[in-house]
Amino acid sequence: MTDGTPILATVGVSKSFGGAVALRDVSLALHGGEAHALLGENGAGKSTLVRILAGVIEPDSGHILLNGRKQIFRNPAEARDAGVAVIYQEPTLFPDLSIAENVLIGRQPRRSWGRIDHRRSTAMVAALFAGLGVALDPARLVRGLSIAGQQLVEIAKALSYEARVLIMDEPTAALTGEETARLFAVVRRLLNQGVAILFITHRLEEAFAECQRLTVLRDGALVDSGPIAGYTPSQVVRLMVGRVLETLYPPRRGERGAPALTVRGLSAAGVYAGIDFDLHQGEIVALAGLVGAGRSEVLRGIFGIDQREGGTVHAFGREIPPGDPRAAMRMGLALVPEDRRQQGLVLDLSIIRNATLAVLRQLRRGPFSSPAKERAITAEWASRLKLKFRRLSDAVATLSGGNQQKVVLSKWLATAPRILLIDEPTRGIDVGAKAELHHLIAGLARQELAVLMVSSELPEVLGMADRILVMREGRIVGEMGGALASEESVMALATGQEGALGPARDPA
Amino acid sequence: MSAAVAAERTGLFQALARVREVGLFAVLAALALATAAINPRFLGAQGVKDILEDVAVTALLCVGETIVLLMRQVDLSISSILGLTAYATGALFIAHPAMPIPLVMAIGAVGGAALGALNGGLVAWGGVPSLVATLGTLYVFRGADFAWVKGAQINATSLPGHFLGLATAGVGPVPFLALIVVGLIALSGYALRHYPAGREYFALGSNEEAARLAGIDVRRRLLLGFICCGAIAGFAGVLFTARFGTVDATAGTGLELHVIAACVVGGVAITGGVGSVEGAAIGALLLATISNALVSLRVPAFWEQTIEGAMLLAAISLDLVIARHTLALMRSGRRHG
Repeated sequence: MTDGTPILATVGVSKSFGGAVALRDVSLALHGGEAHALLGENGAGKSTLVRILAGVIEPDSGHILLNGRKQIFRNPAEARDAGVAVIYQEPTLFPDLSIAENVLIGRQPRRSWGRIDHRRSTAMVAALFAGLGVALDPARLVRGLSIAGQQLVEIAKALSYEARVLIMDEPTAALTGEETARLFAVVRRLLNQGVAILFITHRLEEAFAECQRLTVLRDGALVDSGPIAGYTPSQVVRLMVGRVLETLYPPRRGERGAPALTVRGLSAAGVYAGIDFDLHQGEIVALAGLVGAGRSEVLRGIFGIDQREGGTVHAFGREIPPGDPRAAMRMGLALVPEDRRQQGLVLDLSIIRNATLAVLRQLRRGPFSSPAKERAITAEWASRLKLKFRRLSDAVATLSGGNQQKVVLSKWLATAPRILLIDEPTRGIDVGAKAELHHLIAGLARQELAVLMVSSELPEVLGMADRILVMREGRIVGEMGGALASEESVMALATGQEGALGPARDPA
Repeated sequence: MSAAVAAERTGLFQALARVREVGLFAVLAALALATAAINPRFLGAQGVKDILEDVAVTALLCVGETIVLLMRQVDLSISSILGLTAYATGALFIAHPAMPIPLVMAIGAVGGAALGALNGGLVAWGGVPSLVATLGTLYVFRGADFAWVKGAQINATSLPGHFLGLATAGVGPVPFLALIVVGLIALSGYALRHYPAGREYFALGSNEEAARLAGIDVRRRLLLGFICCGAIAGFAGVLFTARFGTVDATAGTGLELHVIAACVVGGVAITGGVGSVEGAAIGALLLATISNALVSLRVPAFWEQTIEGAMLLAAISLDLVIARHTLALMRSGRRHG
């Protein structure tokens, strides 16, 4: 099916954000009647490519060919009018409008005086749903629909304007087996009608079962592409991972101290359940798994930001009350959150203000804050963490990502924690700063700090952790010693497959 | 499949939202009847006429504010726009007493639209949050009003009688003023429901990113929304002069918060995407009825603001309860697929 003109193709497309290259000279062709799997690790550039094809962003260089003709989509409407439909990981719907309106927005059938023909739109969408075998009332509001239901609305939308190209960004991530099967039945029917499909998934067996061709991206570049019959799953995993584990990581110590954190039967309805583990002094334990497996939620549950519904957490033998982060802090816990810009820092405030935010009470002299003490403690941590800055009074927003993360760390380390919960410690940080942070965390562990780390970067998990707990769909499904684990074995557990599987999904 | 189950359950939620307007009506009826039981004149022809005269201008302002609130924006400057066109109306009639009323109305609406365009431009192209942009223009427009009027006052005696008749004459106890406003509410409510442009206001406030992805020109829609709101406020200024006859530079001061309160009481979500102009108008009617009932029952006037505030809090609490309820439904629907 590869002969003839592709319906949609990219030619040498590149895109950078700031200094970071997201996509480098990628050429990809989508043919009618062919399902094309796009595979790659976190940050490999899959989402960037999708957004270029959808007209959300424009490439820095290179172009798109539509039926062999050069084209740049300046906005999503142009891509849509050209017959390109995209189903995003997170459905993009209007919760306050009806399903029928969501499907037909901008293209509703009209009656006299240019009015919307609500009855006919409802009937049109009902007919689409009937064809899909879906029991949804087109007149109801989208608010309250399950993710699966919302995805069906997105698919109906794509069908309604007879899309010639359907791009699906991890459509099955939130679906059950039955819903997935129904989705693929629809996909196969579309293929028979000559639609070209680009399918992004982390479930390799889906790609092998449903797609005829695959393309692997790594670090923004295309590493391989060809008919899927020419590959084996383990080959594809190697292509995706494609690197040797760097020896940047600090050496492991091996010995561990007394139990610091004891978690038993921790659960929160619909998020995670039956979480049991121990964390020892001087030990680094990593929670690995796909995005959405419930790792960050477990950290938040332990620290008490979210209410937990069952189970107990003990720190050094004393129970941490649920839903009380202040109590957790008093008992020696600190949580460095995932999204430092949103949750960890006040970007417009100075380094001093940010670094002392968690210890203001201790630094107080009577009812007043003590600028001298604040400066002293910030300066101390700045030198210990090798923070690069001009003045401590500069706004945190002026620092690089790595240095911002150090400020977040110093903010929590200033509370003298004995247990550090850290979520994605090096996301979006350049390689040099990453290694520095890794050595820093390892150094803290050597000083008897117990570290529980969530990370989506497998090399980091393997390089840092003494033990790895793998989570899948809200449960711990496996435990491995850091030395025995490999990227493939962690991924296999995280995705519930033996052998070969793709890595975590891109953050949306 | 849980989607079907969820469909049933949130059908209930949708029903609740509809009950909201019915509930408002019930409160309104109960209040009116109870007050009338104590003071029968409350529901007499003059009593009804008083309430309708009082509510007409506010209800009209609610129409424009609803459009802006639907987009998840807010317009605080409407009272200052009203103040400007109210004085302009008087000045026009003094200069040209024979001027036809429709022309004056058109001038008021166009002037208001121009001021609304300034708001819309600041929000859509300047990227200024509407709360700040319209707070600024609230003061700028009012300041311009003072600079222009300079302590002068227009009195009913210098206005043509047929113009004042808009408020005093009518069909039965219903003044022409109220008929015009009801007509505009019905028209704009219908347009919001049945025209693509109207649906775009809901879409924008419901999910701006999705609106962009659906090919809606977000900036243009924002601009048009603010222009509509400004035009309606400008038109309301003309009616304000007809209603009160006396206009100085302070005309309409403080009305903006009263209007937003009426919208929220009437079920327009401050978070965008939800509400109707009819609901907002009922909200305005309810607040006006309460204030008239208090007068009629000889309750000291300062209670009025307390009650208005309490109504507002009750309305917002109801919205939050419904929103949490829906969220819980979504969560439970999600995990079982």
